[in-house]
Amino acid sequence: MPAVTETRETVEKLAKSSYEWGFETDIEMDIAPKGLNEETVRLISERKGEPQWMLDWRLKAFRAWLEMEEPTWAHIHHPPIDYQDAHYFAQPKKKPGPKSLDEVDPELLRTYAKLGIPLHEQALLAGVEGAEERLPVAVDAVFDSVSVATTFRKTLAEAGVIFCPISDAIREHPELVQKYLGTVVPVADNFFGALNSAVFTDGSFVYIPEGVRCPMELSTYFRINARNTGQFERTLIIAEDRATVSYLEGCTAPQRDENQLHAAVVELIAMEDASIKYSTVQNWYPGDDEGRGGIYNFVTKRGICRGARSKISWTQVETGSAITWKYPSCVLAGEGSVGEFYSVAVTNNHQQADTGTKMIHLAPNTRSTIIAKTISAGKSDSTYRGLVRMQPKARNARNFTQCDSLLIGDQCGAHTVPYIESRNMTARVEHEATTSKISEDQLFYCRSRGLSEEDAVGLIVNGFCREVLKELPMEFAVEAQKLLQISLEGSVG
Amino acid sequence: MTQDAPALEAFVARAGGQGAALAETGLPTRRVEAWRYTPLRTIAETAWQKAASLSSETVGALLDALPLPETGARVVYGNGQLLSALSALPEAVQQASENVSPLKGVFSATLNAALGAKGLDIRVPAGTDAGLLTLVSLCDGQDVSTHLQHRIVLEEGASLTLYDVGAGEGRYIANPRFDIVVGKGATLRHVKLQRESLSATHLAIVSVDVAEKSEYDSFTLNQGGSLARHEAVVTLGAAHAIAHVNGVQIVDGQRLNDLTSMIHHAAPDGSSRQTVKTVLSDAGQGVFQGKILVDRVAQKTDGYQMNQALLLSEKAQINSKPELEIYADDVKCSHGATVGALDDEQLFYLRSRGVPEAEARDILVRAFLIDALDLVTHEGLRDLLLRSITS
Amino acid sequence: MSDFLKIQGLQARIDADGTPKDILKGLDLEVPKGEIHAIMGPNGSGKSTLSYVLAGRDDYEVTGGSATFKGQDLLALDPEERAALGLFLAFQSPVELPGVNNANFLRTAVNAVRRARGEAELDAVAFLKAVRAETKHLSMSDDMLKRAVNVGFSGGEKKRNEVLQMRLLQPSFAILDETDSGLDIDALRIVAEGVNSLRSPDFSALVITHHQRLLDYIVPDRVHVMAHGRIIHSGGPDIAKTLEKQGYTQFLEAAA
Repeated sequence: MPAVTETRETVEKLAKSSYEWGFETDIEMDIAPKGLNEETVRLISERKGEPQWMLDWRLKAFRAWLEMEEPTWAHIHHPPIDYQDAHYFAQPKKKPGPKSLDEVDPELLRTYAKLGIPLHEQALLAGVEGAEERLPVAVDAVFDSVSVATTFRKTLAEAGVIFCPISDAIREHPELVQKYLGTVVPVADNFFGALNSAVFTDGSFVYIPEGVRCPMELSTYFRINARNTGQFERTLIIAEDRATVSYLEGCTAPQRDENQLHAAVVELIAMEDASIKYSTVQNWYPGDDEGRGGIYNFVTKRGICRGARSKISWTQVETGSAITWKYPSCVLAGEGSVGEFYSVAVTNNHQQADTGTKMIHLAPNTRSTIIAKTISAGKSDSTYRGLVRMQPKARNARNFTQCDSLLIGDQCGAHTVPYIESRNMTARVEHEATTSKISEDQLFYCRSRGLSEEDAVGLIVNGFCREVLKELPMEFAVEAQKLLQISLEGSVG
Repeated sequence: MTQDAPALEAFVARAGGQGAALAETGLPTRRVEAWRYTPLRTIAETAWQKAASLSSETVGALLDALPLPETGARVVYGNGQLLSALSALPEAVQQASENVSPLKGVFSATLNAALGAKGLDIRVPAGTDAGLLTLVSLCDGQDVSTHLQHRIVLEEGASLTLYDVGAGEGRYIANPRFDIVVGKGATLRHVKLQRESLSATHLAIVSVDVAEKSEYDSFTLNQGGSLARHEAVVTLGAAHAIAHVNGVQIVDGQRLNDLTSMIHHAAPDGSSRQTVKTVLSDAGQGVFQGKILVDRVAQKTDGYQMNQALLLSEKAQINSKPELEIYADDVKCSHGATVGALDDEQLFYLRSRGVPEAEARDILVRAFLIDALDLVTHEGLRDLLLRSITS
Repeated sequence: MSDFLKIQGLQARIDADGTPKDILKGLDLEVPKGEIHAIMGPNGSGKSTLSYVLAGRDDYEVTGGSATFKGQDLLALDPEERAALGLFLAFQSPVELPGVNNANFLRTAVNAVRRARGEAELDAVAFLKAVRAETKHLSMSDDMLKRAVNVGFSGGEKKRNEVLQMRLLQPSFAILDETDSGLDIDALRIVAEGVNSLRSPDFSALVITHHQRLLDYIVPDRVHVMAHGRIIHSGGPDIAKTLEKQGYTQFLEAAA
């Protein structure tokens, strides 16, 4: 079929010119020894060909990190993390990957099948050795989106949008990076943020010039499918006056990853009348049914609405990782600016999630909305933790928060920890939270109409999450719905 | 807080052999989650001493200023000592309770355990209604502290209404502690009026075990003190237990009032209700921390919590942390919180009907508080609290 | 034909706050193919329990007896398997499913049942066409399809929605639990028309009510009187009229 041939050709071309896209194909090239010290930081900076200011910035972060302690306030438990027992650059494959799909966790394969991922692509996702070399034959679905992206790249350039790996941006747009990097999440903001600042190697940079409505949704989807994603990703998105962008992060397919610790930082900056929508589907490997393995995901995401009437909207569907620790936040500094946080967090088996948001209202007439849906099943624990702060200048600011928790089974936990701080009498905060379970009546009603128990649970859970799912871009929403159901498999009956 | 803060040093010295736990914990800093909104640095620099006895004039004057019931039994403590001449227990009540295990890991309790002096120690026998008991704790002094330990046990089917009043003059710490057991089918109504001196620090800790089909029905009016925390730890340890932990805080000046509670559902079919309202003016600071913990075994728990704050001035601030920690699936738990100013529309409506602004504000503030006050089930005490608010 | 719905000596209990309470105490009932039967009885006689047990609600423990449908052991099947087999329970007060879009729910149910019956699933277009035809017939607004299932529906809307589901799922046996809704004439009429429209030699129904009024709209082939967890009397449609005039006393006495 001509269409397929064309796709293959596109992919082959892509594979050859991959550096442009930040896919360092030669993964075996540089292996920093285990451990984290100034030398590691210098090595990373040097290998990335970074200017002196960037190295200085990293070192500042590293020195701050040394003085900091790992936070303990979250409702999570894990064995101590040995930060010296890890590689921080060009992570080699510590263990050889599976030789073929036969050696891959059958649970993982079953999930792939449910998501409708073709076999050869499953091999890639599962890290089967040599799967990457077979890439050109291994694609259509995923790499269609790459070719689509390539086409759009031209469109982006014409619109003046910069969308590139952050390491490229540091070299090619140093003035922008230097101006904005670390302005929302300062180097010493928190333990994991500081760690990221010192050693990040990967991530995206987006710049939308004044008055530009980004002509397409920007997505990391294809990059993540192409290769291991960075352990310490750094993303910086700037929307100038009246600019608009929607950014999609993540992938619905669960992935094997040798790196247990992930600590990403995302910074968003919205100027006057600008709007940034950031959507995430997080489905990292959650560990097996017994809670072995799985990713520790410690993420710092924060946006600042600098300009008047600007808007930042976070939407997240968190189903993966053994531990999720993330609080996408908005600093509402521009008068009349708007912050939104829509979240679905699903935990099953032994997963733990402590996630929520911070809405810091600094300016008059700022508004924020928080809708958080928490679903716990199996032996998991899930916590919503959120802060709403009305500072003295936040005249007539408004916040509305709704947190709903759903428990499935009697071995899990669901917790709600809101902090409400108001220093302005004209500001108004409203918070509501509920905890419930799927009612027997609802289950029975669906089943008496012919739905299996699992489908019934899926349907009810999707209904429970609807207010959040409708915020996702269309194609993401469909996948996310499927994902919710898969994540909860085996949790009832 | 450093271990060599004068306050801690003085406390530990006074505690003698009992001070080890206190010395180890020290005074909580803001980094301690439970105290993030209520910094104790205002007490750290003073070497708090034991209070001297109060003169009868002082006691008389303090009592006269308080809204107290005409009827029922009354027990009065002055600077931590029982004033026998003014005190009598209800007839039905017996002295000396059984063993009550003290609370650990809560600073106010640790401080009290180190320095505690014996307070009320009573038992209401099975099936007895002991009626109303007013407990007045008065303080007067400069840089002194009192740490009364009260133990109250209600046996099966017993009932008691406790009116718990704290007041005084001067700069002192009142650190009372109540260990309470509400036996099977028993009911304790605990109505508290906190009207300490505006320079005082009030650190109360109430720990309650609620037994099967019994009820702990409490209401706290936090109105005085420079810094005042009322903390309740209520454990619903057997099936069908009920807890009401309600309150109102009225904060003005530079003061800080704090209502902190933990309602622990440790058995099935329990029910808890909590409404807390705070009115803030001047540069007053209000704190509400309310946690509902539902254990895995506590199926069919019904928990509801509402906290609302009304800010009446530019400098006032509220910090609120309503918290749910839930490990059982078949439960109905919810909380709501609102923070805001008086409703402009309501204000305008009243004024357009000829009510002057100040009066209109009063009407609306009172309306805000009244539905919380209505939760005080003892009518006489409700009127006294209302009087206290109005004054 | 007698092997359509056959219930023999059915016993069931419910757990009432820790103590089991027997509700069905040896109930016998047969509904042949193509017939519509009514069950009438005083409050607490176990009528609703019977409908729940037949539809497979697991709060009820079956402690004895049997129920077969089309020759299959009904009690061994999950609720969804019963639905696929052609059993449909129209709920007295259907539960709300917040956030679950009604059209999506209907399509999921219809396709689940079609799949189980070995029929081809309906694509979105075919489904919409089928639904539109039915909603028009039932004078339902399209708006009801866009809303969450039963959320904020009026009593009449809920009934219409139940009938809509019934018509789309094409059951061969419908159970109508109308125990308490005797007062709402409009609701009764909607249900009755729904049932009557399905009348055919291949369709049976069991109408549970304690008001004769519903039977003015759905004329049953037979009427059974239920009390104390058993059928105590069976006869023609005229029994309903007798009950209306004289109450249950004579039947209760005769059975005693």
